[in-house]
Amino acid sequence: MTEANKAASVAKPIPTITPDMVQFFDGARRGQLMVQKCEGCGELRFPPHEICTRCLGTRAAWVAVSGRGEVYSFNIMHQVYHPGFAAEVPYAVVVVKLEEGVKFVSNLVGVKPADIKCGMPVEVTFEKLNDQVMLPKFRPLTKS
Amino acid sequence: MDLRAKCAIAGLGQTRMGKNYDHHNGMGFAIQAIQLALEDAGLKREDLDGLLVNPGITWSDNAMASFSLQQAMGLRDLRLSATMGLGGATAGAMIMHAAQSIACGMANTVACVFSDAPLKPPAPKDAKSAGGGSAAAYGFARGLNAAYGQFGVNAHYAFVARRHMDMYGTTQDQLGAIAVEQRKWANRNSEAQFHDEPMTLEDYHHSRWVAEPFHLYDCCLVSNGGCAVIVTSAERAKNLKKPPVYLLGMGQGHPGGDPMDTLLSGAPIAKETAFKMADVKLSDIQFAQLYDCYTFTVLVTLEDYGFCKKGEGGPFVADGKTGPGGSIPVNTGGGQLSSFYMWGMTPISEAVIQIRGEGGPRQLPKHELGLISGNGGILSTHSSLVVASHP
Repeated sequence: MTEANKAASVAKPIPTITPDMVQFFDGARRGQLMVQKCEGCGELRFPPHEICTRCLGTRAAWVAVSGRGEVYSFNIMHQVYHPGFAAEVPYAVVVVKLEEGVKFVSNLVGVKPADIKCGMPVEVTFEKLNDQVMLPKFRPLTKS
Repeated sequence: MDLRAKCAIAGLGQTRMGKNYDHHNGMGFAIQAIQLALEDAGLKREDLDGLLVNPGITWSDNAMASFSLQQAMGLRDLRLSATMGLGGATAGAMIMHAAQSIACGMANTVACVFSDAPLKPPAPKDAKSAGGGSAAAYGFARGLNAAYGQFGVNAHYAFVARRHMDMYGTTQDQLGAIAVEQRKWANRNSEAQFHDEPMTLEDYHHSRWVAEPFHLYDCCLVSNGGCAVIVTSAERAKNLKKPPVYLLGMGQGHPGGDPMDTLLSGAPIAKETAFKMADVKLSDIQFAQLYDCYTFTVLVTLEDYGFCKKGEGGPFVADGKTGPGGSIPVNTGGGQLSSFYMWGMTPISEAVIQIRGEGGPRQLPKHELGLISGNGGILSTHSSLVVASHP
């Protein structure tokens, strides 16, 4: 989006940092993608739950994951459901399956919707929304 | 207890569908639909002793909707009452609950109703107050989905459809074929919202995108209205006004987990129970009324009942076999894509019409045994009914 568009448009929704998401956003500010890990069975999960769906354990910690994965599925949104997206339609929403197996709904940056393919390797990048909220997004994985 | 043909649908009531503003809320449409169903069956309000309600999204009193409705229409001394919520599988599940209750002597005559009077989703009127704040009003998980622009069920179903296309090579033309065939049925149904509008595959491709891979015509309609059925014992149904629609088999399937991984509905589980109870095979089924929140849902449901192999739903539907004159007629009133959207009541209503032979220009020549599916969430809940003109 150009600066002119930015000024003219309404801001997108900014996620509220609810108590169960504090550590997720703490991690994001450090440049780390965080998921929950069940302390009972080790299962990784996102978004956070109070109880593990695998072992029903109630204790969980937050751990950083690689931030690498691949596009598992995606859609291309053509309608404006919130004015913050009016300047961007059509835009894509992707499901990234992380190397660790957890799925993460997000957006891709640096790729046109028409060029998105399932299986495309991607890595996390963070978009600063304000001093508190760094929003994880993904970009095509560049080989290091 | 064997429930095969113990109970029957004895009455069907449906209001005018679509842009119907006769009532401003779901309650009004529910009362009207039940009155119509009672009249259809030749029964009076006093004959009801059970009331099961699936409130649509605009009902304000969801938690005790069946009690609210009982009070609103002055029903006394009920023996069965429940508000049920399994999304699009609810209608089938209500009929099962009614049949179980009747068969074991807990109730005699049960009304099952869905109604809705959808309002436009609240759009932010004041741009200044719309952005930047809490995203809770717009999305699901902690506002993260909203931050990414992931709004509504269309967007989530699109993920699953895209996986199917990627895994099995399902094409846009194949999804379109489902929409086109159902429109042909709707053009033969005077109650259908799209009765007067034919549609070609080209029209389908030209309809606006909602959430790719879904065009507008991949998505169900939005309808105001109500639809009710009266369930009673097979013995009692025989003596009522209309021919009984026998409930031969009933089953549910709720797979859990992530449908993006499995690309499966609950149909395989529900079918097992329902077909065993009915003592039928798939080849016995003469028509199918399949829950169609999207074209894609029909495709998956056809696969999951075994009309074709998993992954082959696309080629299966591409040559018109679900349409008029086809080998397995599907959604013969136009379905929710082209007739009206009463959640799981839409396929039930059409099955009742077909079994009775009341389909007029769309009446099937073979209509003795039919399959009805209901599907809720994102391939999350499933109900299966096998219905027949004879026990």
